[in-house]
Amino acid sequence: MAELIKISMLAKKFGEILAVSEISLSVKKGEVLGFLGPNGAGKSTTMKMITGFLEPDRGSVTICGVPMVSRPMEAKSKIGYLPEGAPAYSDMTPLSFLRFISDIRGFKGGQRAAKVKQASQKAGLCGVLNQKIETLSKGYKRRVGIAQAILHDPDVLILDEPTDGLDPNQKHQIRELITEMASDKAIIVSTHILEEVEAVCTRAVIIDRGRIVADGTAEDLVRYLPYNTTVTLRVVQDKAIAFKKSLYEFDGIIDLEETEQPNGLVRLRALLKPGSSTAGDIAALVRDEPSVVDEFLVERAKLDNVFRQITTSDNSN
Amino acid sequence: MRKIQIIFWREFSAYFETTLAYTFVAIFAALTNAFTFYVGNFFTRGQADLQVFFQYHPWIYLILVPAIAMRLWAEERKSGSIEMLMTLPITSSHAILGKFLAAWAFITVALTITFPIWLTVNYLGDPDNGVILASYFGSVLMAGAFLAIGSFVSALTKNQVIAFITTSGICFLFIMSSHPLVLEFVRVWAPDFIVSSIESVSFLRHFRQITQGLITLPTLIFYVSLITFFLFANKLVIDQKKAE
Repeated sequence: MAELIKISMLAKKFGEILAVSEISLSVKKGEVLGFLGPNGAGKSTTMKMITGFLEPDRGSVTICGVPMVSRPMEAKSKIGYLPEGAPAYSDMTPLSFLRFISDIRGFKGGQRAAKVKQASQKAGLCGVLNQKIETLSKGYKRRVGIAQAILHDPDVLILDEPTDGLDPNQKHQIRELITEMASDKAIIVSTHILEEVEAVCTRAVIIDRGRIVADGTAEDLVRYLPYNTTVTLRVVQDKAIAFKKSLYEFDGIIDLEETEQPNGLVRLRALLKPGSSTAGDIAALVRDEPSVVDEFLVERAKLDNVFRQITTSDNSN
Repeated sequence: MRKIQIIFWREFSAYFETTLAYTFVAIFAALTNAFTFYVGNFFTRGQADLQVFFQYHPWIYLILVPAIAMRLWAEERKSGSIEMLMTLPITSSHAILGKFLAAWAFITVALTITFPIWLTVNYLGDPDNGVILASYFGSVLMAGAFLAIGSFVSALTKNQVIAFITTSGICFLFIMSSHPLVLEFVRVWAPDFIVSSIESVSFLRHFRQITQGLITLPTLIFYVSLITFFLFANKLVIDQKKAE
């Protein structure tokens, strides 16, 4: 499949601070790439270079085969971009703002009206088209930004924290919109909400201090962890020591975390090796001693754990 | 060209979206009239011309043009909309020219609204309308020069107050550069050619020539090159600093 976004060896310095160092990646049509990383990791800077707002010190950005540095106008016309915080002209109404965008994008007459209507419908703006943008709620402002980005039905969509600060319903709508559009575009979404990656992205990269430290599907990323399943148990305090002892006999357990709980209970969290049958063994143990265990929960390892493991272990070096 | 036009119309209509346009036009009219009639003694002079009307324009522009210019780029940078604007398929030159021309057109509109005074002077006497037309033209040119300086300064900062004060300060120097206060200060240490070149960039001197009905080539070149220079500097600043 065609690589719609291709960046190679991208680097940017601000003064002495190396914001992005040698990032290379490509996004194919139909892919939604999640950009993860702690604040200040270089996500936004990378996006600004992909969209042509910042010129890279080194490296190249190619959008649908068009190099951004040497042919910026052509490359920019293929991108829809939602900058962080969805800035817009606050004294305009969404309608006049979207008309301005469609003028700049080169649409005229009936086509212009159709594009504005389509974008505002998709972004769910129809009820507020004639209100000034400055009077709109944060959720609606974000939708104005999204409508602006998708107006020309671009091949490449770059969304910088599209759901940041929205309520759960609004987040859900925006994720649905992204999924809906995904099939014929290459999309990059930056976020630090990891459930979002699992919900909308086909692939994710984790960026830390200007470098890509992990790249793959959510499942691939989980392989960065030494464990892939966790079992959480709440046990009665007096029996906890004996119970722990029996848990330690299973060799599929990598680590056992323990936290005190109120009401005389202890929470045990066992991290299990990939491919072990230990979860079932623990379940059997629980079945044998039903009075000891108050709660039993088996979970797959989450991206949160990967994220924390990768970005904090690096920092301590 | 079409992109400049689109940006021009967005910017131009933005003045009328808020009360800014009406406030500006009202204050402009009030100030020009106050200066003409009270400070300039329009009636008691007994002359059918608009000398006193135009004479105070540099000083009115000193306050009002920086007020228009300060928001051109500082506001875009502060709100972050510059990131949206500059990732659209346009160049920085499109954006700079569109914005500059819109602001210039807006000031020209405010200036044309002073036409009753021109009717008045024609009613009262028999003025040289050629001179008046030339003076209006000179006034627009001078406003353009103030505006280009203001647009450049506005691109340097996110803070509109700083943009306003700095622009006013620079424009004040340009107005005053033929004044003895400035020239005497320079003459002490600088060779003659520097003194005369400082004197020659005076807005006041060039403007006074025009209000006397003399549109000379050097004056035209002066204003056009000043505007070009500052807009070019504006482009350099936007290209380099837009993301900061």
